[in-house]
Amino acid sequence: MDKSNKSGAEALIHSLHLEGVDLMFGYPGGAALHIYDAIFNQNYVDHILVRHEQGAVHAADGYARATGKPGVALVTSGPGATNAITGLATAYMDSTPIVVISGQVKSNLIGTDSFQETDMIGVSRPIVKHSFLVQRAEDIPDIVKKAFHIATTGRKGPVVIDIPKDFTDPEYKFEFNYPTEVNMRSYNPPEGADTSRIKEAADLIATAKRPVIYSGGGVNQNNASEELTALAKLLNFPVTNTLMGLGAFPGSDPQFMGMLGMHGTYQANMAMHNADLIIAVGARFDDRITNDPNQFALSAKKIHIDVDPASVSKIIHADIPIVGSAKESLTALIEELKSRDLKTNESDISEWNEQIKNWRDAHGLNHSLLEMGAQNGKILPQQVIQSLYKETNGEAFVTSDVGQHQMFAAQYYHFDKPRQWINSGGLGTMGFGLPSAMGVQLAYPESIVSCVTGEGSIQMCIQELSTCLQYGLPIKIINLNNAALGMVKQWQDMQYGGRHSSSTYENSLPDFVALTESYGHVGIKVSKFDELESAMKECISLKDKLVFLDVDVDPNEHVYPMLEAGNAMDHMRLSKDEKTW
Amino acid sequence: MKRVIALLMENQPGALSRVVGLFSQRGYNIETLVVAPTNDATLSRLTMSTEGDEKVVEQITKQLDKLIDVVMVTNLSESEFVERELMLIKFTKDSFPENVFDESNIVSKDNKIINVQVVGTSSELDKLISEIDANNPLEIVRSGSLGISSDEKTLTIEN
Repeated sequence: MDKSNKSGAEALIHSLHLEGVDLMFGYPGGAALHIYDAIFNQNYVDHILVRHEQGAVHAADGYARATGKPGVALVTSGPGATNAITGLATAYMDSTPIVVISGQVKSNLIGTDSFQETDMIGVSRPIVKHSFLVQRAEDIPDIVKKAFHIATTGRKGPVVIDIPKDFTDPEYKFEFNYPTEVNMRSYNPPEGADTSRIKEAADLIATAKRPVIYSGGGVNQNNASEELTALAKLLNFPVTNTLMGLGAFPGSDPQFMGMLGMHGTYQANMAMHNADLIIAVGARFDDRITNDPNQFALSAKKIHIDVDPASVSKIIHADIPIVGSAKESLTALIEELKSRDLKTNESDISEWNEQIKNWRDAHGLNHSLLEMGAQNGKILPQQVIQSLYKETNGEAFVTSDVGQHQMFAAQYYHFDKPRQWINSGGLGTMGFGLPSAMGVQLAYPESIVSCVTGEGSIQMCIQELSTCLQYGLPIKIINLNNAALGMVKQWQDMQYGGRHSSSTYENSLPDFVALTESYGHVGIKVSKFDELESAMKECISLKDKLVFLDVDVDPNEHVYPMLEAGNAMDHMRLSKDEKTW
Repeated sequence: MKRVIALLMENQPGALSRVVGLFSQRGYNIETLVVAPTNDATLSRLTMSTEGDEKVVEQITKQLDKLIDVVMVTNLSESEFVERELMLIKFTKDSFPENVFDESNIVSKDNKIINVQVVGTSSELDKLISEIDANNPLEIVRSGSLGISSDEKTLTIEN
């Protein structure tokens, strides 16, 4: 490749290379063909051909979540671009750093309703952190530099680069210069620690009697897990994680209360409700956490550490706002606490931890379900997660789709490490699990990557089984098959008198084993509890094969606890006939 | 209470749609919106007024500030500020209220039609509109509010 003169397409790929990109996901089409030709002619960046653009963006997203590096997807104009939209919205809601490059019709055709034309900038505007419409080929290097900078700094997020086809024309070459730094007067995200209120935060911590550390996806995104754990250990404060925050604090640690919120544990939700101090880190008090915000943790002072100023005091007023990097702000807080030779109210704290233990003993999750064998002749979905946990020694990457299986995975697989648990928490995108697992598996070819899914979600991106064969991705798909859209059905059971409107399939499900085998992979069916353990062992042991483990689970099982809408966090349903109020 | 927010943004394609899109996306109710380039051709100044409470306005300013194309945001109504709006009104010559306007208000005049211009605060203009209601104005055009702080504070950037 000529080092000085490049076409727009060559400049794009070379810019990606200079950003450290060695892998991208995509799907070609007319407006992107110059770019695809440039990909063909180089060896820096591998391209993974997906089977649907939604899969490309989820795969890039999964890659980004697992590695912390930005993920890249490339799509064509029109339907290619619109198919990428769900992936963009997913990444936007969970603040993951991805860059999506879309081909666009030639610049002179924009606005003429030409073939495969969509206003990608307009369509994606509310679900991207930022977007660029390339106006000149020469601007491509500068725009790529800015796009990666924006995607990966501050509160991370997806960035779109829309490139009209004429600006990637191989006949037009220009001198390639990649900028060494980014200078944007309008973009200065908080960097480093915010120490302005650290002393006040330490004062509150020193006097707290019923503290809770509540951390979210921001801690994982900011690689602040070590600092969060250090703070919790220093103080002996109990910790809860959001769905997005799991793994930031070791899931098997006795100080961990489990997930909080809608389907959080009894002890985590009770602790939040009764706390006198909540230390929120990289979390945004969303509605699945707070339940009714007007009744949320009324006796607690709130310290809120977040890199996004707009997230602080958005839903819940922060008594001590700390707007900065979680990692560095936590470090500053730990230093402050150590410097004053901090004494917490040790007897109050141990009494509080005792109270939490009592809550756990009374209504905590049963982590020994697997040992109890079949329940009424059926396999409980929770038992499948426990079996997966056991056979993978708790060390697998677990991606998931959306619904009951997602909640069971979050509740019963104890994630000890950040970036181990990968799911669509904010948007709740069914179809996310398999393609995101492809991104994870490509990033970590030697690791066990499992996709916990349901027979509903898996069918939303099942075409990616073909991609998995092409690139030899030995993902372990664990299908909790309850022959229904489980979470929808649960709500219909609870709130709609058991009327299962369009949540079952009337015997129309495919034979997943045969389907998987037709894609060239291994399928295993499990319908009896006694087969579960050996099937799971076999599934995990087939190191080089994608295995689809289709497990028939009890179709009547509901996810509990469940917060009762419109109330405080202590209002929970604990089972079909037990509630806390 | 009426709040006025002013911001500077990059004067480039797409910037305005991001700002305007944010309002509908986040459910903010905007009463008036004025945009024009500044004397620095790379920047536009946008002024908006809303009736939101303090918490809503704080969220609006924070979310606006997050937009990559927005360079600076200020909530003018946080301190003393001057708010002005321009209004143009069209009357038939026969129904022109001579007791309300003088020559200096008249911007065009022919044998049928008189157009006037008035500058004032939004509430002054509201009041004037109710005063001339009986004269059946043919058309009323309002510019939306502009604002500037009363003290030494400015919404400008150093180049």
